[in-house]
Amino acid sequence: MSKQTNNARYLMGKGERSFNVVVNIIGVLVSLLCLYPIVYVLSASFSRPLFVENGTVTLLPVGTTLDSYREAFKKPGLWMSYANTIFYTVVGVAVNMAFSTTMAYALSKKRLVFRKFFTLFCVFTMWFSAGIIPLYMTFRDLRLLDTRFAILFGFSINTYNLIIMKSFFEQVPSSLEEAAFIDGASNLRIFAQVYLPLSKPALATVGLFYAVNRWNSYFWAMNLLTSDSKLPLQVLLKKLIVDKVSNETEAAIVTASSTWSPTTVIYAIIIIAIVPMLVAYPFIQKYFKTGLTIGANKG
Amino acid sequence: MLHRKESIAHRVWKDWDLYLLLIPGFIWYLLFCYKPMVGLRTAFYDYNVFRGFAGSTFVGFANFRDFIDSPDFIRTIKNTLLIAFWQMAICFPVPIVLAIAITEMKCKFISKLTQTATFLPYFISVVVVCGMVVSFLSPSTGIINLLRVKLGLEPIYFIVNPHWFRPIYTLMTLWQTAGFNAIVYIAALMGIDPELYEAAIIDGAGKWKRIIHITLPSIVPTIVTMFVMNIGKMVKVGYESILLLYNPSTYSVADVISTYAFRVGIENGNYGLATAAGLFEALVALVLVTIANRLSRKLTENSLW
Repeated sequence: MSKQTNNARYLMGKGERSFNVVVNIIGVLVSLLCLYPIVYVLSASFSRPLFVENGTVTLLPVGTTLDSYREAFKKPGLWMSYANTIFYTVVGVAVNMAFSTTMAYALSKKRLVFRKFFTLFCVFTMWFSAGIIPLYMTFRDLRLLDTRFAILFGFSINTYNLIIMKSFFEQVPSSLEEAAFIDGASNLRIFAQVYLPLSKPALATVGLFYAVNRWNSYFWAMNLLTSDSKLPLQVLLKKLIVDKVSNETEAAIVTASSTWSPTTVIYAIIIIAIVPMLVAYPFIQKYFKTGLTIGANKG
Repeated sequence: MLHRKESIAHRVWKDWDLYLLLIPGFIWYLLFCYKPMVGLRTAFYDYNVFRGFAGSTFVGFANFRDFIDSPDFIRTIKNTLLIAFWQMAICFPVPIVLAIAITEMKCKFISKLTQTATFLPYFISVVVVCGMVVSFLSPSTGIINLLRVKLGLEPIYFIVNPHWFRPIYTLMTLWQTAGFNAIVYIAALMGIDPELYEAAIIDGAGKWKRIIHITLPSIVPTIVTMFVMNIGKMVKVGYESILLLYNPSTYSVADVISTYAFRVGIENGNYGLATAAGLFEALVALVLVTIANRLSRKLTENSLW
């Protein structure tokens, strides 16, 4: 086998080698293209606005200052919305996991009566959903408008994640369950004490899927919540960095001495918003890959 | 013993706590997925927000007729199709090419770097991504226009220019999703038996021949699955990011059915018309998924159900 590999390598011609070089160069270029916008925002957020707004800043900060961050933290509601997002993410993921693992566990059992019906009941919602207005009206009818409860419980299950969880449970050897049954354990106990501890990697994957989604979502929070004190970060960000810039109302005059401008403050806010994601990224990357692969094979 | 037929009631009774586990999720689906489906009847009413169904008149298909007769119908359908077309033409194939390139890289470091760098944008929220796009394209302070000015070109007000909406939106989606969508293909490529390649090399097949005759055919099932899944999402095109990126001056090219339903419903309070438009869209999506699934089953013996 290894001899064959050596032969194969020997047979690679000049064309192959130049192909390899080209592929690697493209890889580096694509990587730079993907990272550049983030690097630029980071550098601009630490630079003096004059250098940002006359195009001097292209890669590294020029005229380093922290004033844009100082201004960004002064924005009313920024800390509050940050705390709200942390709350929605932590408690929300706990709710997600409670609803998803229990249902996925029940659906993973072949002996479940009407299993096919229950599975279709869930999967059908992936192909057909009522849409924005009927869901909004549902929240209104349930008197959940402008409540934290709506955000936490209204989005308890993502069917895709439910299916990933279910296929993880199906992979656990049934002999474990049978042994526990013989010892007189109930379904609830087997679920909590046998299956959950065995599925830690799956729980981490699905939990991260939910967490990233919770952290980043804005649409329903924007529609359901009206009090400023309940808004998550993304909704505030929309007001601060999307609505404001699209209007271009604040054409501030930037002088050589100014240490911040609306533009550099926006860049600082962007960095403040994505820092947790960047810090958690290595961890996220590892678990997301396993989850995606399983989801694609089983989905 | 296993084959003895037990009554359903007995089987449920014996496993009662298993059904207990099913209940929270079941109730959630009823309340937040199926109750809204009952709410779809709004589409057939001249719905009054303050008086509810009791105070609203049944109008049959009048809302659908209003939607289809309005100039918005042709516009939103055309925009949905065009945006979806560009997504399919660019954002669908690029991850496949990217995945092949990543697995072909001999240098482990560069391969790892490319994967990490292309995957990262997926985790940045649409709000931040749109905020970045809008800031970068600002006519006075955006980096793109600053570079244009440096090169002696006129700055362009990209965000309000209808010509630029589709390219901007397509590139933004590509940046955000290419690395993420490549993961599934990378996993499929890892599963290819290396002996296939070795045999092909000994037979004198060059790089391109190997990619075309071994690599691509091996991942066709994955491509088909992803294609079918994307067809369903196609009609819904990322309305969350379109909502952030469009403005009245670009409605002519950016307004899709979802964003139209959102504006008419949530912002103007015409629930009947908005629900009708949403239902129309959901049905088209369902039909498309079914057709795509049928086709893929016929062509490749691969299907989602």
